[in-house]
Amino acid sequence: MTVVGTRKLRKEDPKLLTGEGKYVDDIHVPGELWMGMVRSTMAHARITGVDTSAAAAMDGVHAVYTGTELSEMGLWAAPLPCAWPVTEDMVNPPHYPAATDEAHHVGEIIAVVLADSRYGAADAAEEVVVDYEPLKAVASVAQARDGADTAHSEHSTNKAYTWALIPDPEALDSAFANAVHTVEADFVQQRLIPTAMEPRGVLAIPSPAGGEITLYSATQVPHILKVMIAATTGLPESKLRIIAPAVGGGFGAKLNVNPDELLAVTLANKLGRAVRWTETRSEAAFSTHQGRGQLQKIELAADSEGKLQGVRVHLDADMGAYMMLITPGVPLLGSFLYTGVYDVPAFGFTCDGYFTNLTPTDAYRGAGRPEASYAIERAMDLLANKIGVAPEEIRRRNYLAGGREFENLETASTLVFDSGNYTPNLDAALEMADMNALRAEQTRRREAGETKHLGIGLCTYVEICGLAPSRALAGLNYGAGGWEHAVVRFLPTGKVEVVSGSTPHGQGHETSWSMIVADKLGIDPDDVTVLHSDTAISPLGLDTYGSRSLSVGGVAIAMACDKVVDKAREIAAHQMEANPDDLDFAAGSFTVKGSPDKTLPIQAVAFGAFTAHNLPDGMEPNLQEQVSFDPPNFAFPFGTHVAVVEVDEDTGGVELIDYIAIDDCGTQVNPLIVEGQVHGGIVQGVAQALWEEASYDSDGNCRNPSLLDYLVPSAMEVPFMKLGSTVTPSTSNPLGVKGVGEAGTIGSAAAVINAVCDALRPYGIDDIEMPATPARVWRMIQAAKAAQNGEG
Amino acid sequence: MIPATFDYLEVDSADAALAALAEHGDEAKLMAGGHSLIPLMKFRLATPAVVVDIGRISELSYIDDSGGHIAIGALTRHRALETSDLVKAQAPILAHVAGQVGDPAVRHRGTLGGSLAHGDPASDLPAALLALGGSVVVRGPSGEREIAASDFFTGFLETALAPDELMTEVRIPKVPNAKWSYQKFNRRAQDWAIVGVAAVLNGESRVALVNMGATPIQAGAVEAALAAGASIDEASAKAAEGTSPPEDLNGDAEYRAHLAQVLVKRALTEAS
Repeated sequence: MTVVGTRKLRKEDPKLLTGEGKYVDDIHVPGELWMGMVRSTMAHARITGVDTSAAAAMDGVHAVYTGTELSEMGLWAAPLPCAWPVTEDMVNPPHYPAATDEAHHVGEIIAVVLADSRYGAADAAEEVVVDYEPLKAVASVAQARDGADTAHSEHSTNKAYTWALIPDPEALDSAFANAVHTVEADFVQQRLIPTAMEPRGVLAIPSPAGGEITLYSATQVPHILKVMIAATTGLPESKLRIIAPAVGGGFGAKLNVNPDELLAVTLANKLGRAVRWTETRSEAAFSTHQGRGQLQKIELAADSEGKLQGVRVHLDADMGAYMMLITPGVPLLGSFLYTGVYDVPAFGFTCDGYFTNLTPTDAYRGAGRPEASYAIERAMDLLANKIGVAPEEIRRRNYLAGGREFENLETASTLVFDSGNYTPNLDAALEMADMNALRAEQTRRREAGETKHLGIGLCTYVEICGLAPSRALAGLNYGAGGWEHAVVRFLPTGKVEVVSGSTPHGQGHETSWSMIVADKLGIDPDDVTVLHSDTAISPLGLDTYGSRSLSVGGVAIAMACDKVVDKAREIAAHQMEANPDDLDFAAGSFTVKGSPDKTLPIQAVAFGAFTAHNLPDGMEPNLQEQVSFDPPNFAFPFGTHVAVVEVDEDTGGVELIDYIAIDDCGTQVNPLIVEGQVHGGIVQGVAQALWEEASYDSDGNCRNPSLLDYLVPSAMEVPFMKLGSTVTPSTSNPLGVKGVGEAGTIGSAAAVINAVCDALRPYGIDDIEMPATPARVWRMIQAAKAAQNGEG
Repeated sequence: MIPATFDYLEVDSADAALAALAEHGDEAKLMAGGHSLIPLMKFRLATPAVVVDIGRISELSYIDDSGGHIAIGALTRHRALETSDLVKAQAPILAHVAGQVGDPAVRHRGTLGGSLAHGDPASDLPAALLALGGSVVVRGPSGEREIAASDFFTGFLETALAPDELMTEVRIPKVPNAKWSYQKFNRRAQDWAIVGVAAVLNGESRVALVNMGATPIQAGAVEAALAAGASIDEASAKAAEGTSPPEDLNGDAEYRAHLAQVLVKRALTEAS
């Protein structure tokens, strides 16, 4: 019996749900010191003095260091890393864990207190007096582009880079010159504050005699962190051990190399005492990178039937104050997807990255792809309106391969889509949504003059996941490969241990991977233990982001299983006195072809490999194999989302009343986990559409850094979602799997805003900025009514 | 999000609470459910030297039928109001509004007295008290006094409660046959109202507004218009008269003034 494809409950959950999960903040060691951060209260200022004397004199305070003192102590071998210098001439201002002479965003660390307790550290941090000479803050990307003021006073411009992908400029110009219909639209991707349930935290434990340092960090990327800490501190990588214990969500916000991590390691090493820190929720708006932050311009060129001839995109992307690990590359991750699921002959994309005096941006669930999907899917609705066809019809007319099933299709954005089959996916969504009934109800309400308007919004997305092919990443100037490593070993008693270089932080990877192993080896998934997230146990790996843990990490595990079976077959053949080719392996046992009574369970083979009493000549003992898998291509999941909203014209309130999603992530290992990922992903995208925005004043102060004002939705705000799927296996890996961690987010924001605009169409409203707050919706309706009355 | 140092004092009677207030003066802050005070302390917007925990004074947690009114101990939790048969029968709007506060965790910790004493104009329960025409009983060094709801809220997060006084009881008129409505408009279920309206129609009409000024307030112009026989449309058009709504990320004053009109109209329509 196969396990893959069944709705198996997550093996992680009993532990996590009963409080046995050990997060960084749960782990304590004797003598530990708490860091308290003194953070800049100004977005842009010269630091003219830092007086730490009062803080240093407080009871329980061990030390206070300013940024200047930290630099003078020689703790830094290099600035914080940016692994993705997207162009040769990209501007990358030096970024150290603490500012020395100029602060570039509110919350940048200026000094660090080390105290016996967390409260003592916070009290002492308040007593550090910083003298500022204010400088003009660049508080938005639009202001950065205007360039009158610079975010870094040593710069003459805020521009960090210009990156372009225009495969055939002449064809693109010609497409627009010959277009019958064009659409031009500007969209704002507001900044978002990633809000994992577990805030970030660190605990660095030195061993003064041996020189080793163990860092516990709430991170998605222990392996990358180990390399980067070695590079930035000069500490030998061989002395570093990074452990990501239970990690409560990441969404990209935990894939960075952060000042606090470097401070904890270097100060623990210097002081010979454990050093820790846990961010508070309102500190997180400054101490953890943010997501999105783009101004988008998209232009479509189409023929008379609405068939796309060209797509042209320009972004102004908000880097924030500094380049973090992949800050400049995030817009590029989306660049290839601005043609969506459509057959577009000509394509051009340019992106200007700008510095602002705001918290740095970096990856956040979807990282560039939700932005791309939003722009093309919003623009497709505008095109549909322009030529007077339904949103689903404009999509049908433009689908790649005419909407029929395809494999390995090259697109105008230079990628090769692994597989797709768009029309059946769309049809399934329209049927589940009962689109005709919805449209009839919308018409009824309009004709009855009701004040609660129904809106139906569609999004047919495609995304890139399985961030992997190392050569492709090299082409983008990305500073690492994309392979993943796995080890599979039989223990003497027949249990199996898997070691993965991919790092779970709540997704249920242990369950999914165990199911793959169970089928491959013919054993019970509960006999599989997965080890991960500790660089001493799993020394090779590239961690978790970009929906890669199944399509890269899971495939590596499957391939290691195959190698285990291959070796077991040799041993079994030897012991059964048969030719390896004459053995069948099924349901966990080897049998000799034609002699079904001659059988040997793989567990017995494993024990034999352990005793090594009777192995083929020259064969090494033990049954353990490893694989580093570097896939030939990305994977391209797709799907159709339908959002149904009710807009109250009296209050401007938008209520999401129904949501339908048909996702295609290729072969599904565990549909229950797929649905969970889709649920959470959808809500994160809906949150961008309706609730979340990091709001800044003109001085660069975040106006809503706490969860009182930064509106993360709860289950109360979302309807019971209706999910379905189609299955189009990927050609990029032998399991046929794609990723699904980000798909929900990539599909949902556009679906919701398309629905809001659909509801407001009688007012002539065809766009609304995210988040579509009640006040914003009401204002637009008021303006539209005034305009209509004026015309009338 | 890390409060400054404070001393913690738990008391088990109203007398002990008053004694603690007498001893520590304005250095002390009473804490009932803690859902308003603790966030302020975590942001270091409040830094009391002594937190006097009155949350476990069982003698101040009750819902009694006192003949002409319902007597509710100041430390009665929202959840108890929400589920009380007596409140549901005699002042149903209060039970309903108690069920609209925050989320279930808040409603199991927060107390009626704590919510009223905090005096937050964005809170739900003060508006219910105003619309019901209730009163509060406070006890201090010079004895007990009763303060009408309409006299209780004096400024932003300020009330008629003196620093050495403890609220002991809330008195709610019995209005079993009153028509009523509570309209709360917000973006998430757990949030404070962007604007809210409590209306109780019981011969005379009382309409109270949430988050339309520095204090919980009554919509005086609406009440006067209704008393003079105005229609719902005419009365609700006056909802924002005399108000000074706050401006924040959820909306400016103009939007709130508009919302007040919409919600007063909805409240009066639902109640009529």
